[in-house]
Amino acid sequence: MKIFKKAFSLLLVLTTLAVALCGCGGDKTGDSSSHITIGIPQDLEESLDPHKAVGAGTKEILFNIYEGLVKADKDGNLIPAVASNYEISEDGLTYTFTLREGVKFHDGSTVTAEDVLYSIERNADDGTGTALIPAFLNIADYKADGNNIVITLATPDPDFLQYMIMAIIPASNTDPDTNAIGTGPYKFVSRAAQENVILEAFDDYWGEKAYIKNVTLKICSSADTITTEMLGGSIDLFARITTAQAMQLENSDFTILEGTMNLVQAMYLNNGVAPFDDVRVRQALCYAVDPDAIIDLAFDGKGTPIGSSMFPAFSKYYLDELNDVYNVDYEKAKALLAEAGYPDGFTFTIRVPSNYQPHIDTAQVIVEQLKNIGVTAEIELIEWESWLSDVYSGRDFQATVIGVDASRMTARALLERFGSEAHNNFINFADERYDENLALALASVDDAKQVEYYKECERILTEDAANVYIQDLAELVAIRNSYTGYEFYPIYVMDIAKIKPVK
Amino acid sequence: MRYALRKIATMFITLFFVSVIVFFSFSLIPGSPAMNKLGTEATPESIKALEHEMGLDRPVAERYGKWLLGVVRGDFGKSYSYNQPVTKLIADKLGATLLLSVMAIAITILVSIPLGIFMARKSDTKLDIFLSGFNQLIMAVPSFFSGILITLIFGVVLRVFVPGGYISYKTSLIRCIGYLVFPAFAIALPKISMVSKLLKDTVMAESGKDYVRTAYSRGNRTKSVFYKHVLFNALIPVITFLGMAFADIIAGSIIVEQVFSVPGMGRILLSSISGRDYPVIEAIILLLAFFVVLSNLIVDLLYHKFDPRINV
Repeated sequence: MKIFKKAFSLLLVLTTLAVALCGCGGDKTGDSSSHITIGIPQDLEESLDPHKAVGAGTKEILFNIYEGLVKADKDGNLIPAVASNYEISEDGLTYTFTLREGVKFHDGSTVTAEDVLYSIERNADDGTGTALIPAFLNIADYKADGNNIVITLATPDPDFLQYMIMAIIPASNTDPDTNAIGTGPYKFVSRAAQENVILEAFDDYWGEKAYIKNVTLKICSSADTITTEMLGGSIDLFARITTAQAMQLENSDFTILEGTMNLVQAMYLNNGVAPFDDVRVRQALCYAVDPDAIIDLAFDGKGTPIGSSMFPAFSKYYLDELNDVYNVDYEKAKALLAEAGYPDGFTFTIRVPSNYQPHIDTAQVIVEQLKNIGVTAEIELIEWESWLSDVYSGRDFQATVIGVDASRMTARALLERFGSEAHNNFINFADERYDENLALALASVDDAKQVEYYKECERILTEDAANVYIQDLAELVAIRNSYTGYEFYPIYVMDIAKIKPVK
Repeated sequence: MRYALRKIATMFITLFFVSVIVFFSFSLIPGSPAMNKLGTEATPESIKALEHEMGLDRPVAERYGKWLLGVVRGDFGKSYSYNQPVTKLIADKLGATLLLSVMAIAITILVSIPLGIFMARKSDTKLDIFLSGFNQLIMAVPSFFSGILITLIFGVVLRVFVPGGYISYKTSLIRCIGYLVFPAFAIALPKISMVSKLLKDTVMAESGKDYVRTAYSRGNRTKSVFYKHVLFNALIPVITFLGMAFADIIAGSIIVEQVFSVPGMGRILLSSISGRDYPVIEAIILLLAFFVVLSNLIVDLLYHKFDPRINV
């Protein structure tokens, strides 16, 4: 009895204390001129080594920490970074980069030619004929010449410069997996798994310094709590919110910015299995699916319809007219189906990764639209990991709704995958004309010609109805009104250094 | 003593089976850690190379044996995702989860015991009928739902706390407790209604027993009979229930952690499952299983102590 009493009073004291103190937890974010909390949907669940990281969500953050000899700007151009300028020889084989003077790593040391060579070496042929960056297999020789780095290619590659966004890291760093040292406007401070990643502006940055001193990247793995956390004041910026979340933030102190995600969202069809091995069936689906209706119904009208595997941000390659190849025409669709031997329609399954709500919403509208031509589609939700292993690698599917992005700012990143021999040609697309044009595009040194070959590839994809193309999703960014300067990029990055507090 | 030893031995056997089941079931489900790590740009060669590096190209039995040997020595391996030793990674998260669980159980005890006594004393009055009905209702509301309501009311409307504004106990224990009160309360709510109902029922049952009548007939005052005899006996089943509830609360906090964005074990468990971070999953599930069997063991031993005839 006595023990109970003692324990009881102790608990009583503790809880009263806790309740009394709960008000103290409500401190708002500190001085907004020097700090911002950015919500990110997942932790950097892999190495912090920029040469090993592959997740889009990780690379998007590492963009602020690391830089290559060149880097991307918001218009999709490559601008000099660690190199102050570069020259390409007339035959397209020799690249000469001049190191910018006095560029410092976050640990205070100066970037040397050795560091650049070391960074190239890590990504180049490892002696077994494979390389972290496959395009580097084409490098015949690389060497330092004073302050210059000279790279010689075996065969010309007009895309090569794109690969030089490869991060330059110090040769002296023994543990790049966990200790991130780069030359970017922000330096890595610390991380707590599933909790946060802390960055701090780098005072010795060579270029335009970041406006905000301290950045907390807060991991918000549960999509349901994001808006309450924003309204409650613990997140200042969140990129890629859903239309539903954007509606919840109306009339709050958040501004919703709209850009594009730069994804090719489509119902990808397995061209290798029945009934989608018949081009007429694929075309019939294209005639039945109305991207505009999907955008209106599921995305509140925000999104850009597309007609091939290319999005508008790549304006050089984008063909707007491909949008009009298949306008809704149920009679034509039914006729095509009848011709292909399916006068009464058929049933198929759309496998959709369960963690991407936009794709699930799209699939649901597609199911309704296909009923108009007597085709029954069933949605099967699968976990992302199963999607990767079964659908993407295993190619065990009939149809799937997903968005395909470009890892680099070149058409090659989007179109090379549909070559009949490509390892990542998950839809089993096989077309001789396509392979020819792709080979010509990859081999051409002349930019204008190359663009034309790529455009021809896009046309073939549309004509052959390789997939049912839908849209480039709208990217909605919610930013607290006390901050400004968020910039959209044609690739998947978040440039934190450009964000500034409103004075 | 022999009884206790036997119980502890059973505990380790249970844990062994848990570890076997977890290990082998995760080798059956689709998805590979290497593929997950490399994403859509992976080539078959790069996946193979990484699987080799992770040792995943070895047979399951061999991997299990290697892992078990490590565990016996206290080495749970290295996380695939974070390149950190699992023990270090979990130690950070365990603190938050344990603190939350302890607070939840404390709130449960503090509220439910006085409430149970109160309900027993007021039994069959209108107030009791109302409270019992209310109790039934609370029991049926899952913690994550009451958690969402608490966030909306106290976080967004009343602004008593900042939703998602968790502060690590390492930064400030007091502010951490201040934040955790809310999720702890959400976890405690259904437990409060269960415990108070149980206590009320046992108090009522004990009150009707012969020894109580004898105590009254010896001329004792009502209050002293109630607190000295009835309550003491009535609390025994309640305490055993609380023991089991503790294990339940630790496991249940995983869901509530999501609602309140508390970076505890729940978060890291879910993210490791979707990321196929096997070493982390195995360690956390083993730890959760350990808490469950441990609290069962304590309950069994308590039973045995209170009533040596019991040999469960």
